[in-house]
Amino acid sequence: MSAYFADVATLARKDLRLELRARSLVPAMLLFVVAALVVFHFALPSGSSDLAAKGMLWVAIVFTALLGLTRAFVAEREQRMLDGLLLAPCDRSAIWLAKALAMLGFLVVAELVALPAFALFFSGIDGATIAGVALADLGICAVGTVLAAMAAAGRARELLLPLLFLPLAIPIVVGGVGAGVADEPARYLGFLALYDGVFAIISWASFEYVVTE
Amino acid sequence: MIEARKLGRTYGTKHVIRDLDLDVGRGDFLLLTGPNGSGKTTLLRLIAGLLVPTAGELDVRAPRERIGFLGHEPLVYRELTAIENLDLYGRLYRVPERRERIGMLLERFDLWEARNQRADSFSRGMLQRLALCRALLHEPELLVLDEPFSALDEDGAALLDRELGELRPRATFVVSTHDPDRLEPLSSQRLAFA
Repeated sequence: MSAYFADVATLARKDLRLELRARSLVPAMLLFVVAALVVFHFALPSGSSDLAAKGMLWVAIVFTALLGLTRAFVAEREQRMLDGLLLAPCDRSAIWLAKALAMLGFLVVAELVALPAFALFFSGIDGATIAGVALADLGICAVGTVLAAMAAAGRARELLLPLLFLPLAIPIVVGGVGAGVADEPARYLGFLALYDGVFAIISWASFEYVVTE
Repeated sequence: MIEARKLGRTYGTKHVIRDLDLDVGRGDFLLLTGPNGSGKTTLLRLIAGLLVPTAGELDVRAPRERIGFLGHEPLVYRELTAIENLDLYGRLYRVPERRERIGMLLERFDLWEARNQRADSFSRGMLQRLALCRALLHEPELLVLDEPFSALDEDGAALLDRELGELRPRATFVVSTHDPDRLEPLSSQRLAFA
């Protein structure tokens, strides 16, 4: 088990190092999420409710994550690096877990800017919303990474990923918005945690089949 | 070490390999020849475990950590340095005394001076030499090499000749080439694709 997590750490560190060198993903995600919130700020009529604004936050988060996921396997695809990783004797699910953790890190960085920006443009953020965002991030990265790997192997990858990801993100949006606006957020947070658990297990178990030609 | 019976692989409706029987014993050197698109690369990818057969059976009696693969792509991250790339693979393959082994290979393949340069600054020949370092890093017992001399200049090719000669008694080889004369002295079997 310790060897498994050592492989995950090695691979995740590699992804972070690649991003530090290339700086292609996080700046794009930051720019996108801030630009989206600015657009929503002007798009919502003045006097709109906080409920509508919370919905906009989730639209921004889901599409920012999608932007990141679209480029999650760029190096592996363009340089055929997935072959190199598949040849290595590590468990193939370690590749998924490492990539999902790296994506989680990038998404959290984007949200560290997005949430204060949302508070500035719209309304304050409560603890339930932050908990919802944190739980949603886990689900987004677990499901999104396996779908990104699937899309990377196909030809129409830019088209395929949103088509696969957005329907599976609907429960995340439902849970996230619910946690932010309901009087009893625990039910929605529990739903998000259940989604995370179920889809993390499915993604972990299916990754090997997704990347095997 | 490698046994194939009625092996087949299709891409869509196209049969790239059909009904192939193959026996490669431990210590053998199988040379694959044939024109582009004849199925050499597909067979090598099947043996390396990068593809699964669509028909027949393939038994490769070497664990993944004992297979060294060199394909058309160097399989190194261009944004990482030579040493970072080899360190990544060294960790994943759990190479003992990793740093010493990496240093020794970089010196042997004349890349020591370029060890801290990013791979995207390398020439095609340097990338091929780095790819060879990667393929040999974990001292594989089965070497699967797809046109290993491509992109190498005369010095690089001579270096590879020497390496293959040294490794020949210790490993099993499956090698595709467009220059069979160069490898003929090492080979024990030859499979010509049409």
